[in-house]
Formats: sequence, C-alpha cells, structure tokens
Amino acid sequence: MKDTPRHFTTQLAVIGSGIAGFAASIFALNRKIAIAQVGNSGALAYTTGYLDLIGKRNDAVVSDPWQALAKLRESEPKHPLSRVDAGDIQRAFTEFTDFLGACGLAYSAPGAGNITALTPVGTLKQTLCVPATMAAGPRALTANSPCVIVDFKGLKGFSGVELAANLRERWPQLTTQRIGFPGMERGEIYPEVMARALEVATTREQLAEALNAVAGTATVIGVPAILGMHRPDQVRAELKRLTGREIFEIPTMPPSVPGIRLRELFQQVLPQKGVSLIPQQKVTSLSFDGDGATLALRDAFGPIRIHAQAVILATGRFLSGGLDAHPAGIREHLLDLPVTQAADRADWYRARYTDPRGHPINSAGIEVDDSFRPLTREGRRYHERLFSAGVILAHQDWIRGRSGAGIAIATAFKAVTEAERFLAGRQAMFPGAPPVQCH
Amino acid sequence: MSANSSPTATTPEATTLETEVLIIGGGVTGAGIMRDLALRGIHSLLIDKRDLCAGASGGNHGLLHSGARYVSTDPDAATECRRENSLLKRLAPQCIETAGGLFVAVEGDDPEFAERFPALCQRAGIECEELSPGEARRLEPVLSEKLFKAYRVPDATIDPFHLAMLNVDHARLLNGSIYRPHTEVLGFEIAAGEIRAAICHDHLHQRQLTIRARQFVNAGGAWAMNIARLAACADVHLLYAKGTILVSNDRLAQRVINRLRPPGDGDILVPAGTVSLLGTTSTRVEDLEQVAPTAEEIDRNIREGAVMIPALAGARYIRAFSRVRPLLQTSGTTDRAATRGFALLDHASQGVSNFCTITGGKLTTFRLMAARTADLVARRLGNDQACVTATVPLPDDEASSWADPAAAPKRWHHDRDPDDMILCECEMVPQSAIEQVFANSPGIEKERTIDLIALRTRAGKGPCQGSFCGIRIGSYLYDQGYYRDATGLAHLRDFLDERFKGQRSVIWGPQAAQMELAEALHCGLLGLDTLKDE
Repeated sequence: MKDTPRHFTTQLAVIGSGIAGFAASIFALNRKIAIAQVGNSGALAYTTGYLDLIGKRNDAVVSDPWQALAKLRESEPKHPLSRVDAGDIQRAFTEFTDFLGACGLAYSAPGAGNITALTPVGTLKQTLCVPATMAAGPRALTANSPCVIVDFKGLKGFSGVELAANLRERWPQLTTQRIGFPGMERGEIYPEVMARALEVATTREQLAEALNAVAGTATVIGVPAILGMHRPDQVRAELKRLTGREIFEIPTMPPSVPGIRLRELFQQVLPQKGVSLIPQQKVTSLSFDGDGATLALRDAFGPIRIHAQAVILATGRFLSGGLDAHPAGIREHLLDLPVTQAADRADWYRARYTDPRGHPINSAGIEVDDSFRPLTREGRRYHERLFSAGVILAHQDWIRGRSGAGIAIATAFKAVTEAERFLAGRQAMFPGAPPVQCH
Repeated sequence: MSANSSPTATTPEATTLETEVLIIGGGVTGAGIMRDLALRGIHSLLIDKRDLCAGASGGNHGLLHSGARYVSTDPDAATECRRENSLLKRLAPQCIETAGGLFVAVEGDDPEFAERFPALCQRAGIECEELSPGEARRLEPVLSEKLFKAYRVPDATIDPFHLAMLNVDHARLLNGSIYRPHTEVLGFEIAAGEIRAAICHDHLHQRQLTIRARQFVNAGGAWAMNIARLAACADVHLLYAKGTILVSNDRLAQRVINRLRPPGDGDILVPAGTVSLLGTTSTRVEDLEQVAPTAEEIDRNIREGAVMIPALAGARYIRAFSRVRPLLQTSGTTDRAATRGFALLDHASQGVSNFCTITGGKLTTFRLMAARTADLVARRLGNDQACVTATVPLPDDEASSWADPAAAPKRWHHDRDPDDMILCECEMVPQSAIEQVFANSPGIEKERTIDLIALRTRAGKGPCQGSFCGIRIGSYLYDQGYYRDATGLAHLRDFLDERFKGQRSVIWGPQAAQMELAEALHCGLLGLDTLKDE
C-alpha cells in the first residue's frame, strides 16, 4: 500500500526551495500557473534577509547596481544577470517584495541605488532591498544619529563593542550597551528563541523597559535580528512605541531569524494560495516523455509522482545539493547536466581564501540558452520543458558579486516568463486541458 | 651609515637581549632542550621565526612510535623509539593517548615480510602479539575483509603542540627561561672563533633584535642547514622530504593502523581525538617554504589507504597539510630508507666553538635529542649537572591542555558554568579557556589575538575549521577589550586565510557545501575580502 505512488498533475513543477525556487513559485502564482514546488528549504535560513542585486564589481563597492548591470552586460555577457532585461529585473524585485509585503513581511522597494547596510561585525555592505525591520539602521548611519547598539548577555557572536569599534570613524555617535534578555538572563541564548519570545506582549514590555534603562540620549536603538518571527513589523512598531525611539535590526550569524522568517512565510502562504508545496523532500529522479515531465520523490507517507508540463530547476549549488563536487569533477545532481568548470580540481580554489577575485569553482555551473533552458554537451536544449534559474547557472560568482538574491529573483522571473510562453503555446494546441489535478 | 650596510647596524628601535643559551627553533626538540637546560639550572632563550611547532613538529601525524615501523629499515631507530615510547608514556602521560597500534597485511602484500615481522620486533625489544584476522576486525571494524595478517604493537599518539607548550612552560617556571615567537635569525656576530650574538628580526614589532649568549643551539629542523650556514658552518647536509597527510572528519579507528609492508604511501592511519590522520606520501623537494598538498598526493594517499581501510575512499576529509622533514643525507639511499636517526654536530671543525646543530630524528625521540644536545651545551658551559628528563615527569598545566583533542569534551562533562559559553562548538572550547590561555602566556599582553587562541587551543580544528568560531572568538576578544579597532577583523581574515591553506586541497563532497556557506558568510556578508589593509 505505502509503495503505491500518489500522483499529482500540475502545469509547472519548481525543483528547489531557496530564494530562486520560491521566487519562481511567486511569479508563477501571479500568472495563474498551477504549481508544485519541491526541495529542501534548509539553506534559506542562512540568508540574512538582505536582497542584493550587485553589491560589488571587480573588487569595487557598487552604489548604483543598475549602472553596474549595464557595465556587466558589456564585460560579462554570459553572466546570468546580463541575460535578463534590466526592466524585467526591476519588475521582478518589485513583484517579489510586494508579495512579501502583502503577506506581512514588509520590505523596502528596489530603489535607484544600493542601500549601505550593516553587518554583524561592523562592516558595511551594499544591498538593494532590506526588510522593514532593518531599514532604520542605514538611515541612522547616513544621518549619524545618536544610536545605541544593544546586545545581549549570552548571545554569542554578536558584539556591540565590535560593531562600534569598526564603525567608530563612520558613525561617531554610535555607542553600545549589553543587557540580559527578559526571562533568559543566564546561559546561552539563541536568536530564534528570542524572536519567538518577542511574539508575546509581556516580553516586549520587559524588553522595552530594559532598552529604555540603557538608551540614554540615543534616539535610535539597534538590536540583533530578533524582533519576532511571524509579525516582525508589529513587534518593531510596538517596541518603537514603548521606547519612544526608532528601532532597527542587524543581521546575526546564520542561521538567522530573517532567513527563518522567509522560510516560514513561504511554507505557510504558498500552500494557502494553492501551491502544492512539498518542502522537505528531494526529488530523486526527473524524466521527460512526449506528454510532460515526471518527478519522483518520497515523503513520510510513501512515494510521490508529479506530472508537470514544464519544470524549473532551481536546485542551487553545493550547499543546497544542486551541484556535487566529486574529486574527479563537478556534476549536476539530478540530470547530470554538463557543468562548465575548471579542467583540473587543483584550479577550483585560489591560494588565498579571501582573494577578492573569488574562486574559479564559484563560476562553475550549468549552461542555458536565451530562454533559460539548460543545454546539453552538444549545445542543444536538454528538453523544451526544462528551464533553470538561480545560482546553479554558470558564469557568475554571487558571493564576490554580492548578487545572490539578484541572480535568484531575476533568473526566476525570466524562467517563469519563458515557461509561461511555452505553456501558453501548449494551451493553444490543447485547449481545455485542466490547469491542475490532484487525485 | 646606511641602515642596510651591515646586519649589526643599530637603529633606534634595536634591542639587545642576553641569555646563557640561545636556542633557535621552537619545534619539540628546541622546547625539549629549553626544559632540559632549565632542569640543570641553565637559562635559555628559545626563538622561532614563526611559532611553536610551525614546522615538522606540528606537521606530522602525532604518532608515538612503538618502533615497529622501523624494524626492517632501521633497527637502531626502532630500538630508540621503543625506549622513548615507554619513557614518555610514564613521564608525559597528559600528552599521550595510549591507543595501541596494529600492523595489518592485506591481499597483495608480501606474506614473507608479514611472517618475518614478529622476529624483527623481538630483535628490537618491541612487544608484538599476533591477532587472528577476525579478532583484528572485531577490534577495528573498518579494516578490509582482505586482511590476512595482523599484529598488535604498543604504538600510541602524542600531541606535539601540547608537548612543546608544557616543555616551554616548565622551563619558564624553573628558572625564567624565555620563549619568543616570530623572531628570525638573520646572521651571527662571530669573533675569535665564537659566536657573540645572533642578529634577529622581530616580525611582530618589525624591529631588529640582538641576542647575546654564551652558547648557541641550532634546532631549526628542516631549516637547520640554512641556519648553520649563517654561521659559516658547512657540515650540515640535509635532504628535504615533503610529507602530505589528510585529516578526516571522524575518528575512523580507535588504534593506530599501520600497513604491514616496507614503509610507503598511505600506509598509516592515526587517531587524534575526534579525527583520524592518514599519511604519508614522501616526495623530495628543494624549496622549504612553498609546500602545499597536491591533488595527486591526496589521491595517492586515499587510494593506498583504502586498500587497508576501504572506508577511506568515501570518507569526509577536513584538512590536508604538507611539511618538510629533514633527513640526514647519506649516500646512495632512497628517502624512505634514509636514516630517521638524528645527528648532533658540534661544529668544532668549522671554526666556531660555542655553536651546535641538532637535526634529523623524529617526534618520538625528541627528548633523547634534547638530552644529547643539552649534555654538550652544559659541558661547554662547565655545568656538570646530569640530564634528568628521563626521570622527572613533565608537570601538567591546565592552560596548555586546551590543545589536547580529548581534554575539552572531558571537561564539558565535569564542571559546567552555564555562563561560560562555548565559542568553538566543534571542539567545545569555552570562553574560560581563552582567559586561561592568556593568563598562562605572560609577556604577550600585546598579542592577545585570534591566532594565539588558535595555536593554544583546539578552536578552529573541527569540521567547520574556524568558520563560525573564528567570528565568535573575534567578538569575544572585542568584548573583552583586546581588540579596539579594525585589527580584529584583519586578524579574523588572516586566521581564515591560514586555516584555508589546509582545507584547500580536500574541498569536495560536504566540504564544498561547507566552504560555500563559509564564503557566503565571510565574504558575501562580512566583506572580509574587501577589508582595507592598514
């Protein structure tokens, strides 16, 4: 019995549950495409909540990502961001952040320039969109507002002293204080636990009291990212009211609360909107025939088969399991698609870890055509029904370019647009085909 | 006078230090000589151009040889090992895990060699007990099914960092002998057949240092030939053998496992706390400074090791490192067969009367090497006190035990203050360990850095290789006021760059995922790839 597969039929199957996978589902949802999404979303918890487009180029800080994008098109035409229309990238970010905002996680809209955002060690990074809970930090930095960073006894890896020491020149009015977290005064404490505790009104009141006791003349208070899990904007507004001061979050070391918020939001909202989401399972095989694609996977109740008209492969790199690094070479995990890579393992990494040029292994990935369909060794489409998005694509170093979310969101937008065009073509050929079935 | 006109040119910052004996080289031998001399009441200064165990002392598999490895190629070395092995187990048990060792032969190995092995051990006085293949595999289930012969020998493991630190600490307590890291010898002032002073560069403070002493000891390991030449001594002849070793994420076996055949690549797996070390390839090199593991050496170690222990083929490795071993040059032999014995050269024939060089040898015989050297130095100083390191136990010291792979988890179970947070979660190193290390490292108030913690504790040595604990330790050091500006971030970056050197050649499988996460954190978020260099 338990080995009888359950069958799902859908228009679009999205494989992968990182930013690219969820962005693809959101774009498809907005286009009334029936979706099934599968893949482990663990790596989402490692994101900071910042949505970067291009933060760095050739080791230089980028304050205008749109201008950097134009230059990228000239110097790196194979870069995935060079292959998506700039207007589409802007539309993609707007659509993505609007969706998050409508679901209760407000984000700043993509602007004309980057935002100079704070890191947990007091360095600065350029990013395009930040969660509303973090927006007051960059503003206070720019204005040199009197600000106190409040950190917590027992929360390791986050030091207000370190932030202030490294920001002193840039932000002379920055000071720091350490307090105990209400109800967790002894031993080690964790951001996720603190965030969930702040969903409770009495904890917020106690924290506000403790913040007021140390804030002195500061008009702005910075805290590690712990301001609630499901209603962070309300938690922040409430603390702002109780302290009479502007409040903002600073990302912590991963796993971080802003990443967990995104994951929990997607997992809660997408099924409510009709996405068949199977988030904690990996697809074990993907095959194509004349009628469509078949994904095989298994959950606690037994095997599952998903039949889809089109598939978006957004399985990420090594951390998310889209690519496997073997001693003999890098391989794409699911279909063994050809991976563009250095000829020799010895050339994967440069001698120095923090080399600003980045490591050649980071630019390895799969090749796609202009419709973002993966290519075979011979340079032909692997299948007309297969599209790909995200950092699995070759010719980009999202880490050195500070462009992880940008590549994910932009290419997901492009892949969904192309998949929609393909589905519309099929629909024209087979009118009346049901958009989705579950049996 | 131009600043470069001679190495003795004095600059305003130049400083002069005085001691009875200057020991050059902070490997286990240098540290051992320092303690041996202190036990005879002789004051010394130990310097290293980097830090303790930066050369072969810290770059081996930490094996305390039973001697069985050398019974066929070098019976004298085997006997020496056997004696030192039992002495050290008694006198320095805090640095040793008496794991025991197996010698195993698998299909394809020479059965005749396997048969002769017990007799060869017996000749060197080494205990050797035959086990049935089934019994050996019961003891160590990772062993190949193709095992046909197994012997048990008293191999053990020894932590060279802990050992060197305890020797240095004991010398300091005995008579105030001093250890100075980051101090490199550039030349010697020689007059009337005697070295008067060593002209050194202090890399930490970027200044010249003159060290005056009555006796000078060259314990430079692989660098001994170069150091001797600075004193115009041309009688040190070394071969350089590069050895490459892999570190696995897990401890794969409880005992040391040796391949029962003449020494070769990938023939030994040594446990160390929670990990295992697989070695060793041997390649002749000319350059002492540029040695890094190659993909070919890594693959060869794994391929050979997997014959004996099949799980090595698919194991997760977290590091690989290469170090240069100094081998005494004798004519017409291969590197494997070259003597693992040591040499003490008094340089009398070279026109200097107060200089000697100790080199060659191995970790297991460091005490003996130190004793012979200290005998010569003491005699030359007119000190007639005998060596007592064969009878006086090495005192324990809590601070340096944080370098011991097994110590932290043990302590975790004993006294645990909930506010004493664990900064390195892989290796369970808490905040209090950092304070203990600082308290026990006098004279380094200005150098309370991430690097010092990394050298003197297990922090950063687990599966995450410092990715997370480096940041946590950095934050803690800022909190405590040890860092007050961007120096802490530069140190964090340098620490991660340094750890990476050992990871670089074994990044595949789960390590590639780990590295992607680490890079996203360190570069993508924190921007350590764009710190302005001060």
